[in-house]
Amino acid sequence: MSRVRVLVGTKKGAFILTADGKRKQWDINGPHFAGWEMYHLKGSCADPNRLYASQTSSWFGQIIQRSNDGGKTWETPGGEKMPGPYDPPGGLSNKFVYDTSAESGKPLTTHQWYDGTQRPWEFKRVWHLEPSLTEPDTVYAGVEDAAMFRSTDGGKSWHELASLRSTKGELWQPGAGGMCLHTIILDPNNAQRMFIAISAAGVFRTDDAGSTWRPVNRGLKSQYELPDPDAEVGHCVHNIAMHPSRPHVLFMQKHWDVMRSDDAGESWHEVSGNLPTDFGFPIAVHAHEPDTVYVVPIKSDSEHFPPEGKLRVYRSRSGGNEWDALTKGLPQRDCYVNVLRDAMAVDSLDPCGLYFGTTGGQVYGSADGGDTWEPLVRDLPAVLSVEVQTL
Amino acid sequence: MIRVVLPAHLRTLARVAGEVTVEVHGPVTQRSVLDAVEATYPMLSGTIRDHVTKRRRAFVRFFACEQDLSHDSPDALLPDAVATGAEPLLIVGAMAGG
Repeated sequence: MSRVRVLVGTKKGAFILTADGKRKQWDINGPHFAGWEMYHLKGSCADPNRLYASQTSSWFGQIIQRSNDGGKTWETPGGEKMPGPYDPPGGLSNKFVYDTSAESGKPLTTHQWYDGTQRPWEFKRVWHLEPSLTEPDTVYAGVEDAAMFRSTDGGKSWHELASLRSTKGELWQPGAGGMCLHTIILDPNNAQRMFIAISAAGVFRTDDAGSTWRPVNRGLKSQYELPDPDAEVGHCVHNIAMHPSRPHVLFMQKHWDVMRSDDAGESWHEVSGNLPTDFGFPIAVHAHEPDTVYVVPIKSDSEHFPPEGKLRVYRSRSGGNEWDALTKGLPQRDCYVNVLRDAMAVDSLDPCGLYFGTTGGQVYGSADGGDTWEPLVRDLPAVLSVEVQTL
Repeated sequence: MIRVVLPAHLRTLARVAGEVTVEVHGPVTQRSVLDAVEATYPMLSGTIRDHVTKRRRAFVRFFACEQDLSHDSPDALLPDAVATGAEPLLIVGAMAGG
């Protein structure tokens, strides 16, 4: 029987939740890396026991962790063997240095600060790790200040895909959470194509494996956030999602507005429809129904909690515009948690399972496509990310 | 030998318990001690000071002999008691929330 492994990153450690295919009984394992902010954990499709984790701290910076046994044990890539005291330093797996070399064209090194002045890029943390679909040792990292890095040696060393920052980078600016590259989507049909999303810059696409990038934000409107609401870059995109069978169709939860593109990002149109509010963070697509989409509406950009204190996932079975509230098993009074952008995921069992984590420390799961929910665990530290592996 | 006390999280990362000791050839300064610490425990590179600029991370402090040395030049000599191993250099996480 298939099994499910849920990887949960929290403000104070990581947790691994496992269950069989029925998804009724859950084992909770953790905390791993107790006391550290675990921004994201994700497994490799090519080797499900290969996991990558972003471990970070305002005190001690960024650490990359890697597991080869599904999260039972972890190592810092390149730091497995302690060198002698006079050996050259290894342990470069946490070294994220922006590429300003002449060979890469000396990309722009400043961006817009909150107050509109220019600030130099400064590495802060890894928000998202996206393993290659085919190579366990290849993994991409989306970082703050926004940039994309790639490792081809299992996370031992990282190299920036620097031309991204030269795509009008001087106009990018931080959102409330910082200027982060938080979403990386690899096209399963075209190894050269990737989509990334940045708050607050927008969506960017490469068709040559990261050598060049261009903004794909036509149709986005940010009336109260940007001086030019239709600007080519600067939009605060919160999350994007794709179904692997239809990689030219993208769904987006923007700062405000839920959007859809049917042409690989060339143009976007709004599909917020009857949502109670179109602000929110995560968006996900059903594993077997490419037009079934999930969002978690949040009241507003300053009131980061569900409207009316009712935690509701909304599902559209028509690719947007028509949305139904899913409430069974979720708190319907006095609930004022948030669900962050990387904290919702789907498994690939049938029926499709959904999972999301809250800033209140609950991880909710549904084994029936969202019809009913139950807490898998209730009292973790604030949840930053949720990913699922179907084993 | 120079004695160094690491904060708990960095001891876990370096897989050590208690104080560590490092050997420094030449003047005993913040820079030379941290170079030796990072050479011995490469996983600590980037956790105490920036990889490139070598500047102290904002929430890391250096104490020794009941003095705050955080704002001293990285090339200033550390107190004799640290250089002789009588006292440790304390690397601590700033007491700022958490």
